Amino acid sequence: MKPTWQHKHLLGIQELSADEIVFLLDAAKAFKEVGERSVKKVPSLRGKTIINLFIEPSTRTRTSFELAAKRLSADVINITATSSSLVKGETLKDTALNLQALNADMIVIRHSAAGAPHFLAKFLKASVINAGDGAHEHPTQALLDAFTIREKRGRIQGLNVTILGDILYSRVARSNIWLLTKLGAHVTLAGPSTLVPRVFEEFGCRVTHDIEEAIRDADVINLLRIQHERQRKTMFPSIGEYTAMYGLNKDRFTRTKPDVLIMHPGPINRGVEIDSDIADSVRSVILEQVTNGLAVRMAVLFLCAGGKHED
Amino acid sequence: MDAAAITRALTRMAHEIDERNPDDAGIAFIGIRTHGVPLAQRLASILKHNFPTGELDITMHRDDIALRGAPVVGPSHVPFDVTGKTIVLVDDVLFTGRSIRAALDEITDFGRPKQIQLAVLIDRGHRELPIRPDYVGKNVPTALAERVTVRLTEVDGKDEVMIER
Repeated sequence: MKPTWQHKHLLGIQELSADEIVFLLDAAKAFKEVGERSVKKVPSLRGKTIINLFIEPSTRTRTSFELAAKRLSADVINITATSSSLVKGETLKDTALNLQALNADMIVIRHSAAGAPHFLAKFLKASVINAGDGAHEHPTQALLDAFTIREKRGRIQGLNVTILGDILYSRVARSNIWLLTKLGAHVTLAGPSTLVPRVFEEFGCRVTHDIEEAIRDADVINLLRIQHERQRKTMFPSIGEYTAMYGLNKDRFTRTKPDVLIMHPGPINRGVEIDSDIADSVRSVILEQVTNGLAVRMAVLFLCAGGKHED
Repeated sequence: MDAAAITRALTRMAHEIDERNPDDAGIAFIGIRTHGVPLAQRLASILKHNFPTGELDITMHRDDIALRGAPVVGPSHVPFDVTGKTIVLVDDVLFTGRSIRAALDEITDFGRPKQIQLAVLIDRGHRELPIRPDYVGKNVPTALAERVTVRLTEVDGKDEVMIER
């Protein structure tokens, strides 16, 4: 049977099959081409209303979703935590029901609590798209990372992908681990033992605290930012020590594969997890990830809005 | 229609295109995916002028997305500037005209052509929009319930046109 897309919501990568992921990534190629036209807009979602409900701060993901919605001709409204009635004590459920009462067709939600999008999906008629829930999932980031790897390498199967940095608090890491292992990559997690506990081996990846070993055979190195805002206690002595032990500096960079792809979900902290020159080098695809993120989010909105669903 | 009849029809259409457009320099072909693409390439190669050809995927411009399941969508590829050109839009079967409406919208997103002409291998009637072809391979009166299937070597391994009930 030909693979198709049956989902009304995109809540996480965990719920998707490998075929569905590939279907979505193939569709995203078509949307990338739209961005290269003189009129960068298609009428697919004309008349649909999309609400960006961002209860946690975000610039890049929110802008990307907003532009994706606009390029599909949808009407889009942004709601941030400080500008919403949540500060007046309204619950998330009531906020969401009010938005639905305005006949919103899709709600893109970012929330600091894991599972918030799944909670909304249970009672909303509108489609729910997860734009990051706590330290749980950030599915569109994993999809755009995979899109970028496929575009550069033509495949994901069999590649060595190292995710380096704050794994414990990272939703990007979790979504990436699920996606990459489903598509047959060998995933290595690396960083200080406080941020990369052994328990992650249960996800089907390798865990190491030796950065040299982690980067040596990597085809892709995905660097993650230290998430100060999520850490409840100090997980390592100092930023300087983290940089010395686990930062990707020029010296370590010479011991990576000559064609390694350097990725980062942003925002980057130059001189902390990544050396400034490496971030700007030809091996870095950090800005292409941003371009691809738009195409992937257009594909997500288009497919989840399209037609009949099993619900 | 068999392979020879398809080739005869395309050859005649190519010459009509040539006669209608004496200013050869500005012609470009754009095929609608899937079967319009090889037809556009064949028309261009009969004329032997190396006219640029592009391909269009109209899925994003369709007006019936809400009526169907999530569709398979592919990239369009128009490797030239359409502005100022005479675009010959090519499709296999002209039916309701809705695909052509979507294609016209999409082409104008790439730029502003001097004019757009329409070439179809089969015109089966039953238009739902005010659209008419400039070049027709064969007019085939059909009943609404019938299906017209075009097979082309590049896509299906052989050339033929069948009417199925």
